[in-house]
Amino acid sequence: MKKIINDVDRVIVETLEGMAAAHPELKVNIDPHYIVRAHKGNKVAVISGGGSGHEPLHGGFVGTGMLDGACPGEMFTSPTPDQMYECAKVAESGKGVLFLVKNYTGDVMNFETAVELVAGENIAVQAILVDDDVAVKDSLYTAGRRGVGLTVLMEKIVGAAAEAGCDLDTCASLARKVNLNGRSLGMALTSCTVPAAGKPTFQLADDEMEIGIGIHGEPGIKRMPFKRADEITEILTTTILDDKGYSRTLREWDRGAGDWVEKTLVDKDFNEGDEMIVLVNSMGGTPLSELYVVYRKLAEICKGRKIKIVRSLVGPYITSLEMQGFSITLLKADAEILQYWDAPVRTPGLQLG
Amino acid sequence: MITEEQVLAWLELSATVMAENKEFLTDLDAAIGDADHGINMNRGFSKVKDKLPELAGKDIGTILKTTGMTLMSSVGGASGPLYGTVFMKAGQALAGKTELGSDDLCTLFQSGRDGIVQRGKAVAGDKTMFDVWAPVVEVADANRGLEPLAFLEMCVATAEEARDATAPMQARKGRASYLGERSIGHIDPGAASSTLLLAALRDTIKGG
Ligand SMILES: Nc1ncnc2c1ncn2[C@@H]1O[C@H](COP(=O)(O)OP(=O)(O)OP(=O)(O)O)[C@@H](O)[C@H]1O
Ligand SMILES: [Mg+2]
Repeated sequence: MKKIINDVDRVIVETLEGMAAAHPELKVNIDPHYIVRAHKGNKVAVISGGGSGHEPLHGGFVGTGMLDGACPGEMFTSPTPDQMYECAKVAESGKGVLFLVKNYTGDVMNFETAVELVAGENIAVQAILVDDDVAVKDSLYTAGRRGVGLTVLMEKIVGAAAEAGCDLDTCASLARKVNLNGRSLGMALTSCTVPAAGKPTFQLADDEMEIGIGIHGEPGIKRMPFKRADEITEILTTTILDDKGYSRTLREWDRGAGDWVEKTLVDKDFNEGDEMIVLVNSMGGTPLSELYVVYRKLAEICKGRKIKIVRSLVGPYITSLEMQGFSITLLKADAEILQYWDAPVRTPGLQLG
Repeated sequence: MITEEQVLAWLELSATVMAENKEFLTDLDAAIGDADHGINMNRGFSKVKDKLPELAGKDIGTILKTTGMTLMSSVGGASGPLYGTVFMKAGQALAGKTELGSDDLCTLFQSGRDGIVQRGKAVAGDKTMFDVWAPVVEVADANRGLEPLAFLEMCVATAEEARDATAPMQARKGRASYLGERSIGHIDPGAASSTLLLAALRDTIKGG
């Protein structure tokens, strides 16, 4: 394994130190690990976090118009409640805290604990899950769909709403709406190597690819012979467009009762005439040129299905270390979503408007 | 009776056991998860070990609660909040105690199991650490009359059996659930680490 590192045990700390040096507009705390804006706003604090290895997500999205704070865990391992709690205490300004949480058992349990700790300080808090990976079919016999590409769009849109002065409940409803209107699917040509493990997470032969791979190399929908870009794009796009009626029961925090409540939520179908924000994302090792080859076919399929792509984002935004592969995310956009998508954003990982 | 020194010795031995079993637990997790369970547990218990000197002389409730808070903030993953809650709940339930009898161990296991359910909502057969804790609580409850060592021998035997019984289960919780039927045939890593913790307690008491 060749990697540009000094010491496997210090990769995350040295990444954070480098980010601090490169971006004086961020404030990076080492113990515990979190990143906040150097100048905090008087607004709802939107905070996310998760295992490291998906950069620029989440730390690279801290800044004006997007996140107020991010909590990086160890490589591919969820961060801990003390990080989230400290980050929230530093970032919040009396308008409450909104955690945006990718649906993985580890992340959910750590963030739920953090919600209870933050609520214990009499700070208004909510946690909204993102679970958009259509590779997972049911929620009854699994931990449910994983949070993947849609996370980037949710952080952008909800971050813009918080920047515009929306209150905690409005930001939370918007996050929920984004989640119910977005779907993603990814694929991989190669595995990736976690520095501490020193060997690839899984094995894929030279002539194989895996569809539905998540963002850590989770088992996908199927492994199949490697195909041309157009065929791969067709498989991902049609699976996303044809996905219907995914239902799951999630927990949200009831501030009045000071307890969790279960909510059953069902995804909205995609239909002819829908307007979409599209993300074509690299898993880290796939070049931009190949992403555009994918985009070309994706645009053609959408046109044929009378689906209108109104905004697009192409590049590496939620990665899996150096994995070769890509994911497609489609988000059905209404006027509110578009308004916040078009608002300016200035972060190390995303600048628009 | 189990003394406060023995509880500290248990936690110290647990740190050694987690270091020795880092590869074993990680390999179990590689088969049905993301190959980090041993790394997570070892990171957490080595932090617990660092805390032990300052816990000498404290009551058992405080020792367990501090252990829980340390695990919560250092393990990460799913097992961090689960084991964190187990030890914090047990610490609350045993607040002020300076020694433990079999009855108190029952309380420890019960509050641990309840903490796991509260956080993870697992039910029997989901193929998680709950599948070890639930039968251990039952056997413990039925054997409260035994001396701690004999009592713990029963509990460890039950845990080992329950750990092995997770192999034929299909996972419905956590990362392993994404494998569907492919999760069958492998022992759950959390069930294995829970059994190691219990065996470490027994070995501490056995060692005197
Ligand atoms: N809902 C649950 N209830 C009880 N135990 C669970 C639950 N989900 C997972 N577990 C336990 O956690 C163990 C896995 O812990 P581990 O430290 O590997 O975290 P992880 O799932 O890999 O987290 P992450 O995805 O953040 O890395 C499983 O073997 C299982 O025993
Ligand atoms: Mg794991």
